[in-house]
Amino acid sequence: MGLFGRIARWGAGAALASALTVGAPAAMAQEGEPIRIGILHSLSGTMAISETTLKDVMLMLIEEQNAAGGVLGRPLEAVVVDPASDWPLFAEKARELIEQEEVDVVFGCWTSVSRKSVLPVFEELNGLLFYPVQYEGEESSRNVFYTGAAPNQQAIPAVEYLMSDEGGAAERWVLLGTDYVYPRTTNRILRAFLNANGVSDDDIMEEYTPFGHSDWQTIVAEVQEFADQGLPTAVVSTINGDANVPFYLELANQGIDAADIPVVAFSVGEEELAGLDTEPLVGHLAAWNYFMSVDTAENEAFIAAWHDFIGDDTRVTNDPMEAHYIGFNMWVQAVEQAGTTDVDAVRQAMYGQEVANLTGGVAVMNTNHHLSKPVLIGEILEDGQFDTVWETDGVVVGDAWSDFIPESAVLTANWTYPWVCGNCETPRF
Amino acid sequence: MPVSGLRAVFVCVVFVFAALAAAAPSRAQDGDFAALVAQLAVGAFEEKVAAIEALVATGDPRVQAILEAVADRNLYVREADGLVAIGADHPDGLSLTDAVTGDDLGVVASRDVDRVRANNRLRRLAGSAIGTLTLMNPDPAVRLAAAEAVFRSQDASALSALDQALAEETDDAVRQAMAKARAAILLDSDDPAARLQAVETLGALTDPEIRSMLAAMLRQSNDGSFQETDEAVRAAAGEALDAIEGRLATWRVAGYVYQGISLGSVLLLAAIGLAITFGVMGVINMAHGEMVMLGAYTTYVVQQIFRDLAPGLFDVSLLVAIPAAFLVAGLAGIAIERGIIRFLYGRPLETLLATWGLSLILQQLVRTVFGPTNREVGSPSWMQGAIETTAGITLTYNRLYIILFSLIVFAGLIFVLRRTALGLQMRAVTQNRQMARAMGIRTDRVDALTFGLGSGIAGMAGVALSQIDNVSPNLGQSYIIDSFLVVVFGGVGNLWGTLAGAFSLGIANKLLEPYAGAVLGKILVLVAIILFIQKRPRGLVALKGRAVEG
Repeated sequence: MGLFGRIARWGAGAALASALTVGAPAAMAQEGEPIRIGILHSLSGTMAISETTLKDVMLMLIEEQNAAGGVLGRPLEAVVVDPASDWPLFAEKARELIEQEEVDVVFGCWTSVSRKSVLPVFEELNGLLFYPVQYEGEESSRNVFYTGAAPNQQAIPAVEYLMSDEGGAAERWVLLGTDYVYPRTTNRILRAFLNANGVSDDDIMEEYTPFGHSDWQTIVAEVQEFADQGLPTAVVSTINGDANVPFYLELANQGIDAADIPVVAFSVGEEELAGLDTEPLVGHLAAWNYFMSVDTAENEAFIAAWHDFIGDDTRVTNDPMEAHYIGFNMWVQAVEQAGTTDVDAVRQAMYGQEVANLTGGVAVMNTNHHLSKPVLIGEILEDGQFDTVWETDGVVVGDAWSDFIPESAVLTANWTYPWVCGNCETPRF
Repeated sequence: MPVSGLRAVFVCVVFVFAALAAAAPSRAQDGDFAALVAQLAVGAFEEKVAAIEALVATGDPRVQAILEAVADRNLYVREADGLVAIGADHPDGLSLTDAVTGDDLGVVASRDVDRVRANNRLRRLAGSAIGTLTLMNPDPAVRLAAAEAVFRSQDASALSALDQALAEETDDAVRQAMAKARAAILLDSDDPAARLQAVETLGALTDPEIRSMLAAMLRQSNDGSFQETDEAVRAAAGEALDAIEGRLATWRVAGYVYQGISLGSVLLLAAIGLAITFGVMGVINMAHGEMVMLGAYTTYVVQQIFRDLAPGLFDVSLLVAIPAAFLVAGLAGIAIERGIIRFLYGRPLETLLATWGLSLILQQLVRTVFGPTNREVGSPSWMQGAIETTAGITLTYNRLYIILFSLIVFAGLIFVLRRTALGLQMRAVTQNRQMARAMGIRTDRVDALTFGLGSGIAGMAGVALSQIDNVSPNLGQSYIIDSFLVVVFGGVGNLWGTLAGAFSLGIANKLLEPYAGAVLGKILVLVAIILFIQKRPRGLVALKGRAVEG
């Protein structure tokens, strides 16, 4: 298909989409008619542990916004559906939200596979999705705003920290992960990054385990042996879910201390540590854009509001919750600025929106649909909180396509003129 | 009152003057000391490192407490005035002690102080500095820990302290540790002869850390030059390294076998109940894993009761949980047999579907009652920690106890089947139901008890698994496949086959894992079992004779 064909198809799609969306607001944009917000998080099944909290935080944010007078003088109304940790069901529920419930925006998804499942639906129906979780990058959709961290906002800074004198000057690396797309892609990026920094493949050990792996004896012994080769060693863990608990337990049982072999994890946050015996984890690291322990006035107010809303002082806050906080406030500002909830208008208004981070500084939405955010590295404390030991000087711009993978280094994601593209080597116009 | 009050004031004033006079000569020094402490508290990372070194060099007795506070993350800066203080937990926040003067600063809310940033690296430095300071401690255990810390840090500045301590040391174990630490430091000595001697001292020991140090000496930098410049030392180090590698390799295989036995014991525990319900009774029981899960949740409930009523007796909670889990899962098993399975004997497909449905119901029930999140089951103190061999193989206590427990359960089950009336009736019913009934055995009662026994054992397995795995509603699902695998592989209807099957699968898995990885290793084992079953459809230990037909 030639360039002309592509432009024609794109134009037709845009025309069709705007016809659809123009029809919808006309029917319901009367004064006082509520703006409907879809919430697409699993409330049952394996992911319910993590995602239920995000549903609750969205309800809290909507309630607060309504108390402040809603948006465009109209109240907000949450439409909650349960995709039940079932990936194909995510796509069905997304379609139901946009077509039947006629929501103006959707906040949702956690795992990468659920996002990949809803992506065609949002692109076909020109919906708007805010995705709040750190992920492997290598994607930029016109219909998705990624408010979680891209690899260069989490994995790369964490490795840089461990490479520095302060972090222990690690020269040998163990990349441990659960066997699916996020760890494999992240480790591919990390290996390329390490190679670029003079680490040879002999000094990298890469291992994958099945979901829910519980017998870590051999792997921990191998890590120990790998670390005993005369150079400081660090472990980068993309182990997901509750397999982390027996992993850290085995580390502690075999007497591996965080000071000897630090483990930095990208999927372990406050929520995962809550109600867990954190003794064996103390001193190990995690990299996020937000920690509950960060001492700012905004964060204090957010935590107080959360405790108030959920009615339980022991509940924790975490990074994806902050991502929803930022994403929701940006959407509200963009709608106010555009004067409508029309998806195309809101998308244009989103670029350059600024919202104060809960950890200080300001998050900015870029034209590649990723945020600029600060990166924090924390060590786990006995109480399940993090002690921030390092942070970036300013914000880091989220990079959709990694600079360290040759095929994707040449790609640009930019949804403004003249690019208008999520994965192009040259501008479209 | 006025008189005594005045006198008190006077005494105070005199005291303050006396104190000031005494402190005067060292006041400048004190200022330096306070500046160092402040640098340690608020400086950049490199400044903190320098501050630790400078503080140790002062030889001041206050340094140890400050460094310990750094190592334990108990050093704070008061927000109001930037005063550095050591904090201790207090019900109302933190009770602070001035790090420099030792004055009690009272209790403050934790919001009013900032914790001093001390990452792993800094705390490790503080730890090895404490090691240098505590080499002369009266407690041999502290001295041993100090020697180990110096050994790991290879900190050359500790050498003189080490020599002095070594001269006075009386405890043999501590002496050895100190000699090891001394040799480790001398590996970096400027004198090749000293290095050579250090290599010889260390080469006689089998320790992964020493291998790491020797390997570091032999590393080539990018321009081809070696870390170790002297050729003779390099040759000696190479020889020592080879010798250590050789000894460690033997140990490593032993380690894999141990891990295999440990995995085998877990498989045995998970499968042994199924060997009764599926192996002996022939019921394809898909809800077997949920019996394991019920046992694990019973452990959780028992522990909660102990936590609430008798926290001091927490260590015995697991012993109480074993019979409790047996009863809970056993009664659940009897209820399932009486309520569902007895109507489905001889219809294996329907049994399979019914028990599968039952397993989903039980999972959801537990999820509703206990919530979807994992429950924390604690380990009693006697199950924590490990036996460390010098060769870097660690035998963790929880795994050791589970191996022991699985063998006890197995022996107990064999005893019940061979030596009790119930066991005799069970065997009679499974071998020939009609004949057993003709002899006056109440077969339906025996069926219920047999199923209850199998389920109860699964419940006990749940107690053990709660120590090494997550207690979640999905716990059982992750073991059901493995359990069937072990029973079928070992030979249906034979307990010894289950034992042999569990341990051979465990060891094969662990020997393959280092070479093939965890995912591929498991696949290889599965393929091997499929091939094996093709060759020997009745499994490892096949039943012979008429019982096969029954």
